[in-house]
Amino acid sequence: MTTTTAPRPVARVRPFWPLALLHARLNFIETVRIPIAVLGNLLFPALALLFFVVPQRAVAEDPLVATAAVTQLGTFAVMSTCLFTFGVGVAEDRALPFDPYLRTLPAGAGPRLAGRVLNGVLWAYLALIPLVLIGALLTEAVLPVGRALAAVVVVPLVAVPFLLLGVAIGYRMSSKAAIAVVQATLFPLAFAGGLFLPPEAFPTWLDAISKALPSRAARDLAVQATTGYEAYAWAVPVLVGWTVLFAVLAALAYRSDEGRRFR
Amino acid sequence: MNTVLELEHVTRRFGAVTALDDVSLGVEHGELVGLLGPNGAGKTTLLSLVSGLRKPDSGTVRLFGGDPRSAASRIGLGTTPQETGLPATLTVGEVVDLVGGHYPDPMSRAEVLGRFGMTDLVKRQTGGLSGGQKRRLAVALALVGRPRLVLLDEPTTGLDVEARHILWQALRDYHADGATVVLTSHYLEEVEALAERVVVVGGGRILADDTLQAVIGLVGLRRVLLTLPASSLLDPGALPGAHTAQADDHAGGRRWTVLAEDADTFVRALVGTEEPFADLEVRGASLEEAFLALTERGGAAGADPGATDRSRRDDDVEEALR
Repeated sequence: MTTTTAPRPVARVRPFWPLALLHARLNFIETVRIPIAVLGNLLFPALALLFFVVPQRAVAEDPLVATAAVTQLGTFAVMSTCLFTFGVGVAEDRALPFDPYLRTLPAGAGPRLAGRVLNGVLWAYLALIPLVLIGALLTEAVLPVGRALAAVVVVPLVAVPFLLLGVAIGYRMSSKAAIAVVQATLFPLAFAGGLFLPPEAFPTWLDAISKALPSRAARDLAVQATTGYEAYAWAVPVLVGWTVLFAVLAALAYRSDEGRRFR
Repeated sequence: MNTVLELEHVTRRFGAVTALDDVSLGVEHGELVGLLGPNGAGKTTLLSLVSGLRKPDSGTVRLFGGDPRSAASRIGLGTTPQETGLPATLTVGEVVDLVGGHYPDPMSRAEVLGRFGMTDLVKRQTGGLSGGQKRRLAVALALVGRPRLVLLDEPTTGLDVEARHILWQALRDYHADGATVVLTSHYLEEVEALAERVVVVGGGRILADDTLQAVIGLVGLRRVLLTLPASSLLDPGALPGAHTAQADDHAGGRRWTVLAEDADTFVRALVGTEEPFADLEVRGASLEEAFLALTERGGAAGADPGATDRSRRDDDVEEALR
C-alpha cells in the first residue's frame, strides 16, 4: 500500500506514556473485577512452597537455601503470571469484537503493549506477596532490606521477557491453542530453568542447556539479588538476548494480526 | 472540497472468496454516505480497510490522504465497536475515558453521554446494559474523539423504533456540525432516512453510486397502482412497459401493484385496453425495490430471497451501471 504525504497538517497522536498508563489502569480494573482469574496464579506457587519446601526441614531451616527456594518459586510465580495473563489473556481479548475496535483508534501497538506490561509487572509483584509471607513465617528464609530492594528491582527484569513471550503467543494463536502452548512452554522452561529443583541437582548436560534458557538466567539473577550467591557470568546477556528476541516476536505477531482468523 | 476517504482499484480476498473486487470510491468532506448491500457483499471488509484493520491485497486506501494503517491518519476517524464486544466489567464512564484518551480533544463524559441520553448510566458496568443501551454506547464511542469522519457498521440493527430515531437524530446533528458520515446497512429504511448519497455494493463490487433519488431512479422502475373489478381478466403484468405485477383483493375488485420499466408506455397500453380501472397512481419505486433490481444483476442475488422470483427480461440495469 502506498502512503502519500498528507495534504494538510495532521494532528499528532496522543503522547505514549499517558496512554500506556490509561491502558494499564483499565486493564488492572478489568482484572481486579474478576479476581478468580488471578487467584489461581497466586495460589499455585504458594501451595508448592507450603507442601514441598516447608516440610523439608533441611531446606526450610537453612536461611540461605530456604531463601533460594522461595526465590525460585517466586521466579516461577512471576513467569506463570506473565505467560498466562498475557498469552491466554491476549488471545481471549483478541477473540472479542472490542479488540479490533481498539485497533481503529489513533494509537499504535506501543501504548497498549506498554499498558499490558505495566499491569503484568504489578500482578507479578502481587504474586510474590503470599510467597514472601509463607517464606517469612514458616521458614528460616531471610531478606535484609538491601536485598529486598534488589529483589524489587529484579522482578521487572524477570517479568518482561516472559510477558513479551506471552504477548507473542497471544497474538499468534486462538485462546484454546494459547492455553496449550503456554503450558507446554511454562513447565519445561520452569523445570529446566531450575525453578522446581535447584540447578545444583542437575546433571552436567542439563546444567549446560539450562544456562542458555531465559528461565535459568532469570532464576540465577533473582537468587543473586536475594542471597548474594553469584549468578553465572552469562546470565545477564542470556536474559537480555531472550528479551530482545521475544520483543521482536511480540511486535511481529501484533503487526501480522488482523483480528480473528476467519471473517 | 477535501477528499476524506479514497479507495483506488482495491481488491481483497479471503482464501477463495473475493470480498472486494477492484473497488474505487471517493468520499468528500461533509458527505453522508450510505453503503448498502446484502450480507456478504463486502461492506464490512471495506470498512475494515478504511479503519486500518486490514490491508488490501492490491490497490490503495487513503484516509485523510494518509495510510489508514498509521495511527496518525486515524486521529480524525471514529468507528463503532460491536455492542456485544464491550468490556463487560468496565463502567460506561470508564469505556468513554478509555476511548477518549486516544484523541487530542475528546468530548467529556457528560457531553457524549448527554448527546445519546445516557447520562444516568455513567456508573453502570457495560455488561449490565440492555441491548439498546449497549448499541447507543457503541455509537456514542464513535463520536467521543470529535472525528471528522464517522464510520458506522449497521448502527441501529436490532433497535426498537424509538431508540432508532433517537440515534438517527444524534447522527444527523453530528453531521450538521460538519462531520462526514459513512454508514453501512442492509436495513433500507435507515439508508433512506439518513443518507444523501447511496453506494450499492454486491458481490464485492460497487453496483451503483449516486444520490439517493438517482439510485432509485437509476433502474427506471416506477410503481403503478390501480384497481380493476373482480370480473376483469386483464393481467396488467403482461402489458407493454410492465416489469412485474402483484394483486391483492380489494373492496369490490383487485388492487394491482405494477412495477413498470416504462410507466408512460404502460399507462397508454392500459388505457388502450378500455378496462374500467380506477384509482390510478404512479410513484417512484422505493429504495428496496431499486436495491433488489440492482443486486440481482450484481451477482449477490443468492443472498436475497426476493431477487429470485423476479424475471428480468433485458439488460438495461446492467447497462445503466456501466
